[in-house]
Amino acid sequence: MPGEKKAKLAVWKFASCDGCQLSLLDCEDELLAVADAVQIASFPEVSRAVVKGPYRISLVEGSITTPHDAERIHKIRRNSRYLVSIGACATAGGIQALRNFADTRQFVSAIYANPKYISTLQNSTPISDHVPVDFELRGCPVNKRQLLEVISAFLNRRKPLISSHSVCIECKLRGVACVMVARGLPCLGPVTHAGCGAICPAFHRACYSCYGPMETPNTEALAQRLKQMGITGDELVRAFRSYNAEADEYRRESTIHEREE
Amino acid sequence: MTNKARRSLHEPAVISTAQLAQFFAGLSESGYRIIGPTVRDDVIILDEIAGPTDLPVGWTDRQDAAAYHLERMPNSALFGYVVGPQSWKKYLYPPRLELWQAARNKRAFELKQKQPEPPKLAFVGVRPCELAAIEILDRVLTGGEFSDEYYRRQRENTFIIAVNCTEPGGTCFCASMGTGPRARHGYDIVLTEVVDDSGHRLLVDTGSEAGLSAMSKLTAERASNEIQSRADELLSRAAGRMGRSLDTADLRELLYRNIENVYWDRVGKRCLTCANCTLVCPTCFCFATEDTTDLEAHRARRERRWDSCFTMDFSYIHGGSVRPSAKSRYRQWLTHKLAAWHDQFGSSGCVGCGRCITWCPVGIDITEEVCAIREHDPAQATVTEESNI
Ligand code: SF4
Ligand code: SF4
Ligand code: SF4
Ligand code: SF4
Repeated sequence: MPGEKKAKLAVWKFASCDGCQLSLLDCEDELLAVADAVQIASFPEVSRAVVKGPYRISLVEGSITTPHDAERIHKIRRNSRYLVSIGACATAGGIQALRNFADTRQFVSAIYANPKYISTLQNSTPISDHVPVDFELRGCPVNKRQLLEVISAFLNRRKPLISSHSVCIECKLRGVACVMVARGLPCLGPVTHAGCGAICPAFHRACYSCYGPMETPNTEALAQRLKQMGITGDELVRAFRSYNAEADEYRRESTIHEREE
Repeated sequence: MTNKARRSLHEPAVISTAQLAQFFAGLSESGYRIIGPTVRDDVIILDEIAGPTDLPVGWTDRQDAAAYHLERMPNSALFGYVVGPQSWKKYLYPPRLELWQAARNKRAFELKQKQPEPPKLAFVGVRPCELAAIEILDRVLTGGEFSDEYYRRQRENTFIIAVNCTEPGGTCFCASMGTGPRARHGYDIVLTEVVDDSGHRLLVDTGSEAGLSAMSKLTAERASNEIQSRADELLSRAAGRMGRSLDTADLRELLYRNIENVYWDRVGKRCLTCANCTLVCPTCFCFATEDTTDLEAHRARRERRWDSCFTMDFSYIHGGSVRPSAKSRYRQWLTHKLAAWHDQFGSSGCVGCGRCITWCPVGIDITEEVCAIREHDPAQATVTEESNI
């Protein structure tokens, strides 16, 4: 509407690789439409300038790994109407949450010459462990189409059209033959949240679950089947411990097989 | 065409593979795209084919619960396999279909409802169970008060070349469901492939005026008694060699009286709620409508896409999903297929194609699950106990 100020969209970075922010940059054509529809108030991958809040939508990338970040996320929450965490780091702690299964102090002393300057938390945790989150968009990295859908849904105050069923449904929608049945590959697709469009099975690869657990993941039954197919306990631990290792269901399943050995 | 010619074509005919190629060419000339089974990435899928050489010539499929692979056959049969992961609903009832678009300009609101015109398609190699599945979809999607227009128009634009099954697959049980291995109706023409010492022959029966007129373009030989009884023999042997079977006696009542059977918990523990079974099933027709807008809400779009009773959204009503557990979703699916379908659409919803068994990643087998319920049926147990006395 004329005269009305554009909504402010802010992108914030925590412990992450920037890949999810890049998905927004990757929108290319659509990025112009986004810039038309909103004022981009913060976007670290593009510019260091930050426009003051409050923000209509804050997209938060990355996990919380330092005491400073644990503070910073609260400020962002206070300044944001909607806070959407994007990507496996922000929604499940990311690959860096592998440290949650070990002693982080040992890593620090093994890597840094002067560990005393390093201020870090034992665990890498998702944003929702620290502040209320309005929506979590999954993926490592997030899918750019889904990211646009979430932005337009929040701008237009409607529910984002993001399905939380299995990747298997995406295989079937695009006519991909199941790699688990036809090729005997250990696929995590049946317990994995949709969103990627079944990229890996379309290239004859098993899904390694970069989108994390689906709505009702039966990891136990899948693990049992994978064992029948010859997957070892150690391999199961590693399968469930990747980008979404800290997601409850995956943490539980990987821990069961760790004990097994 | 004279009546005499017509009558003679009603008689079963025999054609060679070269004549089948001619037959396809004739259909192409009349504007049909030929869709048939073809090998893609080690699996038999359905796609557009140019001629019989694009069929899975000399291939057969080995199928079992959660297992599928192709094998070479000692002959060059065109149809020596059964059904693959895709079914004809891929074409009749596409995975995604745009229903409408809306655009807002100034004060006006414009609705665009431009459904694509369904193409003329000739389906090649439709199996008897699949004919039965199409018949079910016809009833569900066009038989009631409201009809699915896209489906109806696609059906009108479809020519069906069915193939009888002489080599049933490892998960097939059409004989139990009364849908195969011989096609009875629902086709324009039907082939029975006979490959033996006398050569490679295709026995043809016509089932419609369209089939008759397409066949009249070939100079086909009349089928001898020898090949007809050879085909009969192959088909009755096939009926006895099904990979699976399902006892349908009293099935609807069995399932209804066992809704609370604790046995469902067991399958509920194994089921991944991944939805593969429903999406490969040739009769599952459930869909979701998906609405999206552009960033500025100037355009909106509604699409229909395949959905499944195994997703949480499927039974979501205010407050949550009605069927949160895997057990309740599996039970819903199986009892709908085999029991409630009778009440709703006047037939079983399962045609015995075996796809849900082959393509379930953990190998849950509908025939085994029914067996288990039967074994754990309290009513049955009383009968056995009584008869033991
Ligand atoms: S390939 Fe994986 S994701 Fe696709 S249907 Fe099979 S198990 Fe599911
Ligand atoms: S198929 Fe699995 S691993 Fe591959 S992109 Fe999709 S979610 Fe990630
Ligand atoms: S329920 Fe299974 S066997 Fe029956 S028609 Fe569907 S996919 Fe085929
Ligand atoms: S029965 Fe099998 S295919 Fe169907 S939802 Fe359960 S695990 Fe998936």
